Parts: sequence; C-alpha cells; structure tokens
Amino acid sequence: MISLPLIIIASLFFMGIVIRTKSITSGRKGPGIFQPMKDVFRLWKKGAVYSETTSFIFQIAPSIYFASVLMAILTIPFGEYPGLVSFNGDFVFFAYVLAIGKFFSIIGALDTGSSFEGMGASREALYSLLAEPAFFILMGSFALFTGHTSFVDIFTSLHFGTYISYALGILATFILIMIAMIENSRMPIDDPKTHLELTMVHEVMILDNSGFDLGLILYATNLKFAMYGALIANFFIESLPIYISILIFLAVQFTFAIIVGILESFNARFRMGNNAQFIFTLTSLSLLIFFGVLLILKKIV
Amino acid sequence: MSAIVIKNNQQIPVTSIPVLDYQDFLIFNTFLLKSEENHCVNYFGIVDNKNVKLFCCIANDANQTILVSSSIINLEKTYPSFSEQHLAFEKFEREIHENFGINYTNHPWLKPVRYSFNRQQPKNTIANYPFFKIKSEELHEVGVGPIHAGIIEPGHFRFLCNGEQILHLEIQLGYQHRGIENLFLQKKKLIERNTLAENIAGDSVIGHTTAFANLWESLSNNVVSEEIMVSRTIALELERIAVHTGDLSGICTDIAFQLGSAVFGRLRTPIINFFQEWCGNRLGKSLIRVGSNHFPLTNELKTKLIVLLDKFEPDFDEMCKNTFHTPTVLGRLEKTGIISNPLGKEIGLVGMAARMTDINRDIRSSHPYGYYPLLAHQPILKGHGDVQSRGQIRREEVKQSIHYIRKLLANVPLQQEEEKIQQKLTPNSFVLSLVEGWRGEICHCAITDAKGELIHYKIKDPSFHNWLAVAMSVRNNEISDFPICNKSFNLSYCGHDL
Repeated sequence: MISLPLIIIASLFFMGIVIRTKSITSGRKGPGIFQPMKDVFRLWKKGAVYSETTSFIFQIAPSIYFASVLMAILTIPFGEYPGLVSFNGDFVFFAYVLAIGKFFSIIGALDTGSSFEGMGASREALYSLLAEPAFFILMGSFALFTGHTSFVDIFTSLHFGTYISYALGILATFILIMIAMIENSRMPIDDPKTHLELTMVHEVMILDNSGFDLGLILYATNLKFAMYGALIANFFIESLPIYISILIFLAVQFTFAIIVGILESFNARFRMGNNAQFIFTLTSLSLLIFFGVLLILKKIV
Repeated sequence: MSAIVIKNNQQIPVTSIPVLDYQDFLIFNTFLLKSEENHCVNYFGIVDNKNVKLFCCIANDANQTILVSSSIINLEKTYPSFSEQHLAFEKFEREIHENFGINYTNHPWLKPVRYSFNRQQPKNTIANYPFFKIKSEELHEVGVGPIHAGIIEPGHFRFLCNGEQILHLEIQLGYQHRGIENLFLQKKKLIERNTLAENIAGDSVIGHTTAFANLWESLSNNVVSEEIMVSRTIALELERIAVHTGDLSGICTDIAFQLGSAVFGRLRTPIINFFQEWCGNRLGKSLIRVGSNHFPLTNELKTKLIVLLDKFEPDFDEMCKNTFHTPTVLGRLEKTGIISNPLGKEIGLVGMAARMTDINRDIRSSHPYGYYPLLAHQPILKGHGDVQSRGQIRREEVKQSIHYIRKLLANVPLQQEEEKIQQKLTPNSFVLSLVEGWRGEICHCAITDAKGELIHYKIKDPSFHNWLAVAMSVRNNEISDFPICNKSFNLSYCGHDL
C-alpha cells in the first residue's frame, strides 16, 4: 500500500537526477531536478495530433502502455507491507502485465506504417524478449530460496545470512539495474538523447506520438525506473522501522539514478549487433544466482 | 602534345589548351588515370557556339603538374563514356549530361547530380524518381530525408536492408542547388564574387575563398605579399582545427559518448571565437579578400592565439587519449564503414577521406601554393579505412596544424603598404586553382573571353568525389552505424549541389 505513493514520489525526481548527473560529469550546470516532470506536465496540457494513416490502435496504445506500468507498480511491496495487488505468483503477473504494455506500444508503432518505427519496434521486441529469461531466472531462484511465490513473501523471508547470499544480493541488484536500463531503452543498449532515427530503439517508436500521449509515455519511463528502484530497495529494507526503511528506499532510488547517470556518461552505446549478446550475459548471470541458491539449499554438492 | 602541362594557379591562354578528337581525348585521359599518381581534379563542359567544349584536368601528384586537355563534341551525336574505363569520371559525366544533354552510349546511370529532378526530362521529379529497387519479400527499404532529422542539410538516402544489415545505399542530392556558378557570371563586382565564394559551403569558408582569391590574383596578375600568404595559411589551418575538433565531437555524439561530445564541442568554440575576434565572423567570412587583407594579424592577436593554442592543446590531447582508449568507443569505431585502398582509388577519393585508406593525396604537399612550399608538409596517412582511421586522422591533423600555426606565428611579417589591386582580368585565359581545405581538395577553375570577362566559373568541392564513398562504406554494415559513417566523412551538401 505504502509503496505506490513512494514510487510516485521517486518518479518525480528520478529522471532529473539522471540528467543532472550527466550534466555535471560533462562539465555543465544542467537543468533543475524537476525539469523532466515540468516537461511532462507541459505535454499533458496539450492535445495530441494523430496521423491520418493510423487507426484506433495508435490512439489507445499509449494509455494501455501507461496503465500496464501502473498495474505492475501495484504489485510491488514495501518491506513487510504488500502492494495493492498481492497474490502467489504475482511476479509472473508483474512481468506479463509489463509485456502487454510493451506489446501495445509495439503494435502502436507498427500502426504508423513508418519504416523507422517498424525497425525500432522489432529491436525493442527482440531486446525485451531476450531480457525476459534473466528476470524469471532471478525471481525464480529467490522463490526457490525462500519457498514463496509472491513479491512480499519473497522479500520478507529473504534474509541475507551467509556470504553467498550477500553475493547473490549484489548480483541481483546488478541484474535488476541492467534490466531496468534495457526495459527503459537507455544506455548502453539505446541512446535516449540521439536525434538519429536509424540508431534509435524506443525513441523512434514514439516519433509520431504527441501531446498528452507523449507525456504519458515519457512519464511511464520515469515510473518504470522508480519501479525497478523500488524492487532493488526491497532487497535492503528487511523488517526495519518504517521511517528508516523510507529513508533507505529514497537513498536507493537516489543512488540508482546516479548510477544510471554515470553509466550513460562515460560509455559509448554498444553496436546494435552486440546488444543481443550483452543481454544474454544477464541471463547467464542470473543462472549464477540460481546455482548459488542451489548451493545454499544444498541441492547440489 | 595531347595536353598542356601547367602548375597550380598558373595562368595560360585558352588557345594553348590542345583540342583533341573525342576518341583521342578519351584514350589519353583514361590512360592517365591508370597510373596511381594521377587523379581527375575537374572535368566539365562549356558551350562553344552550338557545340560543347569539354575540359579535362588531371593532376599529377608526383611532379606537381596538372594536365589540361579539351575536346569539342556535337550534341546530336552519341559518345562512349569515360566512366566505362574509370569510375572516377562517373559523377563528372553525369553532370555534363545534366547540363548539356550529351548522350553517352555506355554510362552506367545518368541520374541527376546537382538538381533534384532530371533537367533533361523535367517531368521526372523526385516524386516519381526511379530509385534502385529490389524485388524481394524479405528485404525492406528505408528512406531517410530529404528533410534532415537534425539541423544539417537536405539529402535523400534510400537504403535496401536485410533486417539490420544494409545491402545498398543510394544517395540523392541536389535539393540545395542555388546556381552559384551562374551567379559568378551574373555578379560583376569583385566584392560580390568574393562574397559568393565565401558562401559556397559554410564549413569551408576559408578553403573556398582562398581558392577563389588565388585564382583571381593569378587571373588579374596581382602578386600578394608574404604577409597575406601567411595569414591565409594560418586561417586555413585554424579552420581545419575547428572543423576537425567539431567532427570529433559529432562522432562522439553519434555513438552516445557524452564526455567526448561535450568536451570536443567546448574545445571547438575558442577557435571559432578567435575568428570572430580576428575578422568579426566566427566562420571567417570577410577575412580573405583578393589582393588585400583588411584584418592584419596584429601582435595582440598573435599573443592571444598563442595563449589559446597553449590552452587548447593539453585539453585536446587528454580528451583524445580518453576517447580513443575507451573500449566501448573503440568497439563502435573499429572496423565500421571500411573503404579499402583499391576501392578508394577506383572512386578517386580526395583529401582526408583518401588519406585514411593510405592514398597519399594532399594538395599541400603535391601542388603546394601560398606558404605551403616552405612548410614542407608531410601528409598523415592511415591504413584501415574505417571510422577509427578517420577519427585518428583528425586527431593527428589537428596536432599538425597547431604545429604549423606556431611555426608561422613566429615569423608573420609586418603588414606592408596596401598595393593597388589590378581589377582587369587577362583576356582569353584559363586558370585552375587547387586548395587543400579541411575536407580535401577544392578546385576552382575560370575561363575569360576576349574582353576579359568571365565566361565560365567552375567549382568543385571535395564532397563531389567522396559522396560515393559514404554509400560504399555502409554496405554490409548495420543500418544503425550509418550515422557515424556519414559523420566520419562529414561531406558537404551545399558544396556538392552548388
């Protein structure tokens, strides 16, 4: 219950911190922390323009995409407090409700009939397809480790006791950060700042969106980042008093945003052809977690 | 003699250029190009009564000469093409066909060059233009432009792709055609023509204006002082530093390397700001004037420039080291957009784009002008022909230019008395001027009539040779690598379209 307002609060400043970090690392002042949100509000006040070649799919796609992200956020717990939607196996629901949103944004892009957007859609579909096993092996391993299948049960019964389990926590954090980068089409998979349609992944899919719809899509990205940040924070919250865990939550979101900013500042984007290979590496890393869990549970000797 | 042998900026009577029979003209010039030291710097036609007179200028890089020959052809007849023998003539012949409608029997494809429609069949506009097509269910076409996604210039790029892989790229330019060459004939005042030369391509203001000034001084028998020559050389090298640094920033932007993009962008600014201080324009407009120099390099400016370069160089070195040692950057640049040495020679590359694939082609050393003979310039060559080579060549040329500027600043002579400029052009003359701009060889060519009036002014930007290299370099690369291939060449649209 408490996670929803916290994620929304984090989403308000998350992008601002990323952009501010990037500005500082390149020796610039940069805009204020709330500038990205101000841009979103400006867009929300506007009407949308629709191309004549598009159908109703294109018009409903942004709303469904946004709704899917909101829906996914509802399943995220906060320490011991479950999310609004919580049941056994809710992490599967989480992954696939996000996939529905992605599906609609992909067919919305295809609906425009633009060759650019078709290319972007095919890239985005491929990358999320490849990132899926990493997430499931990760969550599956923790389900196996704790013997529970809902987010809140997994996180509350997850106690880091041994060195191996600390290592697993660090690995899981890394994988979740990278999955968040892939799902949000950020560096090193995609460059959100580019003006070059031919190299874009996510940006090119939303070229035809404008006004309110564009605002929804942009804000969904902020929400998604805060959502993954909340997932990561859950690894560290355990059963602490609420005011301490809220501080930890905010600190995790803040650090996460700075890490994203730094990742995007000192690296070049990968060559498109190497992305698939890179995303597969995440799957193999989550397999490490899986074997780590098996070790702890003494299923393998 | 099949051709007259001239030097860069040498004035000769038009009548001294041998007129050959077309067959001999073809054999002579295509035979010349079989040797690696020769390349075609210009090939154009002018109207001669009811016929067309073709001039072909082949530069010999080994002995600093240019061989000019000509031929008169009848528009009613058909002729075999040079392109059949050597690819480097392909663009030139397309342009001749575009202007005069000459029928070639075996030219591969006489499509428009400097216009966005077919001048010979005006009904063929870009809307129904027959782009190269492929019948396939699996392959797809991607059309980019002519409106540019950024703020650059208009050009249409048509890709044939197999998934993410580019099989073929067709580039169609001509949207920017302003008829500059005709304007040179219409505008009669020297200052108007001087300004026109500055506006051929905004990124090579100094290069094109130097070519114009050199040509005009030769044509009107003006001799410029050493001081003017030195300051022109400094300006040309400064322009090279500014644009190369800007391009490094552009390459970093295109691969999303934010650090390089920001720092190289910042480094470019003081250089172009120095132009602003020197002549009142950041691109160096109004700095170069025929026979005179309104903005002498004073001692104050000299000191400023030295201080500026002392600050610039360590930052530039550090940033280059950082950029070219970052693994993700190298991962994008290396083995991307390769032009092999034999292909480069076939296309007839010039300038930086030639040197990156180990073709020694640099006007500063092969046909030196102004102060360059005294600098004894040694071109920088790279062998891989990929984006990395084009980046590295920029890095080293900037270093070399800084070295030259320091050397020149040490001995800029004081400004001499302004001499009266001779306005009258020599009648019945032909002059060809070559300048190595930052992009490569710029060629201006002028012919005067019996009264000493211009009857033809021909401009060739290095982009004219090199655009084909962009199309060839992206083959079998990923379509998402097209922007860095394009940026690493950074060719001019307006310089091509004129």
